[in-house]
Amino acid sequence: MITTLKGTTARDIQNAIMRARQNVGVASGLVFTLLVVAPASDYDEVFDACVEAGREHPSRIILATDGSARTTRLDAELHVGDEVPGEIVALRFHGELRDHKASTLLALLLPDSPVIAWWPREAPEPVASDPVGALATRRITDGMGCADPLTRLLERAQGLAPGDTDLTWTRLTPWRAMLASALDIHQLPVTAASVHAADDNAAGLLLASWLGSRLGIEASFTGNAGPGITKVTLTTAEGDISLTRTDGRMATLAAPGAPTRAVALRRREMSALITEELRRLDSDQVFLATMNHLAATMMPGPDAAKE
Amino acid sequence: MTDASFVNPLRDETDRRLPRVAGPCALVLFGVTGDLARKKLLPAIYDLANRGLLPPSFGLVGYGRRDWDDEQFADYVLQSVRERARTPFRAEVWRQLVEGIRFVTGAFDSDDGFANLATTLADLDAVQGTEGNHAFYLSIPPDGFDQVIEQLRRQGLVDKQKRNPWSRVVIEKPFGHDLASARALEEKVSSVFSSDSVFRIDHYLGKETVQNMMALRFANQLFEPVWNRNYVSHVQITMAEDIGIEGRAGYYDGIGAARDVIQNHLLQLLALVAMEEPASFEAGNLRAEKEKVLAAARAPRDLKSHTARGQYTGGWAAGEKVKGYLDEDGIDPATHTETYAAFRVDIDNRRWAGVPFYLRAAKRMPRRVTEIALMLRPAPHLPFNLNDTEQLGSNALVLRIQPDEGIALRFGAKVPATPMEIRDVTMDFNYGTSFAESSPEAYERLILDVLLGDPPLFPQHTEVELSWKILDPILDYWARKKNAPEGYAAGTWGPPSGNTMLERDGFTWRRP
Repeated sequence: MITTLKGTTARDIQNAIMRARQNVGVASGLVFTLLVVAPASDYDEVFDACVEAGREHPSRIILATDGSARTTRLDAELHVGDEVPGEIVALRFHGELRDHKASTLLALLLPDSPVIAWWPREAPEPVASDPVGALATRRITDGMGCADPLTRLLERAQGLAPGDTDLTWTRLTPWRAMLASALDIHQLPVTAASVHAADDNAAGLLLASWLGSRLGIEASFTGNAGPGITKVTLTTAEGDISLTRTDGRMATLAAPGAPTRAVALRRREMSALITEELRRLDSDQVFLATMNHLAATMMPGPDAAKE
Repeated sequence: MTDASFVNPLRDETDRRLPRVAGPCALVLFGVTGDLARKKLLPAIYDLANRGLLPPSFGLVGYGRRDWDDEQFADYVLQSVRERARTPFRAEVWRQLVEGIRFVTGAFDSDDGFANLATTLADLDAVQGTEGNHAFYLSIPPDGFDQVIEQLRRQGLVDKQKRNPWSRVVIEKPFGHDLASARALEEKVSSVFSSDSVFRIDHYLGKETVQNMMALRFANQLFEPVWNRNYVSHVQITMAEDIGIEGRAGYYDGIGAARDVIQNHLLQLLALVAMEEPASFEAGNLRAEKEKVLAAARAPRDLKSHTARGQYTGGWAAGEKVKGYLDEDGIDPATHTETYAAFRVDIDNRRWAGVPFYLRAAKRMPRRVTEIALMLRPAPHLPFNLNDTEQLGSNALVLRIQPDEGIALRFGAKVPATPMEIRDVTMDFNYGTSFAESSPEAYERLILDVLLGDPPLFPQHTEVELSWKILDPILDYWARKKNAPEGYAAGTWGPPSGNTMLERDGFTWRRP
C-alpha cells in the first residue's frame, strides 16, 4: 500500500503509518530504524536496495532526499505491506527543511530499537557529528560511492568514531574469506603481500592495510586499470599464494603444491552490501584496527600509496 | 600441511564477518535422482557456492545406476539448480562448481562401480585439490545403507582411524524402524565410521530453528520462570501435513506417522523444549542435556487411553477431492499403517512431573503446520463474574516451527467498550514475513556443517536409541491390537480417539 502526503509533518506521517498498518494488518516486530540520506538522482537504486534490506531485516526505513529550494515543504510517500515486511518512508525535504532533516527524523524513530544511518554517496565529515549521524548508533558510509574514494577513505580513517563503518570494508568480505581460508590450508608464514587494483579502488587500499596489520608486514598497493581488485599475492617460502581476478567476476586461486582452481568472486551490488552490513550491529574491531593501521601508515596524504 | 600449532594470522575471533568456508573436499551423493536430491540437496549446494561458502577445491560426485557421463549429470544438476535454487543463478558460480562435477555409474552392490568411484575421487584429489577429504551423502532408502557402507569399506574409501584426510557419512531418517534395528544400523555404521563422522540428518530441525529456540529459552529472563510444572499445564507438539503420501507408498507403507516423524522430529522438538540449560552450546554439552531429558521421558502407562492412531479416508480436503489412504496406489488395502499418530509422553523429572506432553503427527490435515504450544494453567483466582471470562481460554505460548516461523503469545484482554468482557488475543512475532526468502534453507546449513565437521545439532546414536525406547512400547501395543486404525476424513484434524485422549485429562487440542 502506497500513501502519498504532500506538504506534511512528522505527526501526520506517524498517523498515516498507523492507519496503513491497521489496513494491511502488518504485525509489529520491526528490528531497527534505518535512515538513508541520498541524493535525489540515486533515488531508484537506493530505494531498491532498501527494499532488499527490508526483506531480510524487517525495519522502518526512512529515505531522505533533497527537493527544490523554492518552497519550504515536506513530502512523504509511505510504503507499507506491499513489497516489504516493514515500512519504507520516502521523505523529500524542500527549501529550508533540507538543513533540518533531523528534526523530522527524530520524531519518526521506532521506540527502543537501534537506529542506523546510511549515506550511499557523499557523506558529511565526520559523520558522527552530523545531526542525522548523531541520531544513529551505527553510521554506514561508502567511500567508493564518493567522487574521490581514496581521499575519502583516508579522511575517514582519521576521524573514525565508534559505530562508523564503511561499505568499502563490506566489499572485501569475500576476498578476505578466500584469503583466510587459503591460509587455513596452506599453513605457511607470509613474508610479503601485495594488492593490485584499479587506481581509485579504496577497497584495494583497505585490503592491503588489513593484510599489513594482520600479517605484521608491509603490504603494497599498486594501481592499475581494474576493474576493482585484480590480484592479491601472499608470498611464502614455498611459493606464492595468489588470487587473480581480471574480469570482476571470476577469479583463479593458485597456491604452492595445489592445482589452480576457479573461484566465483563477483563484484556485488549495493543491495547485497547493505544487507550484509545490517546483519551485524555490534562494533567491528577488525575494521577499526584496519582503519587505524591505514591512518598510521598511509599518512600524510593519499599520494603516499606505495608502489 | 595441517598443524595444530599454526595460528592463521588472518583469522580473528572478533572478526565476525568472515564466514567459515569449508576446506577442500568432495561430496559424494548417492540417490541423485531422488526427490530430495533434486529439490533440496543440489540447489542447496549451488546456494552455498553462491554465498562463497564452498572452497574452490570442491568436488561433487554423483553415484547411481543411470548411464550418464559427467556432462549429462552436470546438466541434470544445472536443471535442478535453475528450478529450485534460492539465490539468483550466476554463470561464474556455476563455472566454479561445474569444474568439480563428476558422475560414476554403478549399483549399490557393484564392485566395479565402487572401484570407479575410488578412481574418480583420486582423480578429483589431484585435479581439483580436494586432498582426500570425502563426505558420503546417502540419500537412499535404508535397505541400501548396508551395501553402500560395506562397499566403501572394501574399496578403502574410508578409514575409521584417520582424521586427516577425513571421511564422513550423512544418513537420512528413518534411523531404523525400532530399537533393535536402530542398534543394528548403528553397529554397521560405526564399524566403518567413527561416531563423530556420522551425521544423522533431520531436515525439519534446521539449525536456525534449534538456535532460535535456544535463544528464546536461554537468552531471556521472561520465559524461564514459567517454563515448568508450576505454570505449564500441558504441552502440545503438532506436526501436521496437508499432503497425502504423494507416491511414496513404497517408503511409507509399513512405516507410518510415528516412525516417519515422531521418532525423530517430534521427540527432538520435545527434547529441545523440555531440556535443562546446557553448560554451553558446545556439541557435547547440548547433547548431554537432550539425552538426559529423553532418558527421563517415557510412553504413557495406560497405552489404551493415551495413544491414538488413524488412517485418512477419501473425501474433500482443502477444496480438492482426494483418495483415502487405502485407495492410494501401491498400498495394501489391508494395511494397518497409521497416517495419524498421537500419544502422550510423560517426563519424570522435577521440572515436568505431572505435565503431559501430547505429540501428534499426521498427513492430510487441514493445513501444514509444525508447532509447540505450552499451555499455561488457569489463573488461581479470577476476580470477575463468570460471564465476563466466558471467552477466556488458557494462556499459551506457541513456538511455530513452520511455515512462517515465529512465536505467539495468547492471553486475555478486555474487549473495548464493554462493561467487562475478557477475550483471548494473540501477540504474534514472526521471524520476518519474508525471512524465508533470504535466510538459508535448512539443508544449506546442514551440508555446510558436514563439510566443516561441525556436529552439534545432529542427533547421535544415543539420542536415536533413547527415542526408540519411548516409541517402542507404543508401536508394540499397536501391533498387538490387530484391529485397523480408526478412519478420519481427509482434511480434518484426525480421528475422535485423538481428541478423547486429551479430554480424559481435561484438555483439548488447540487448533493450530
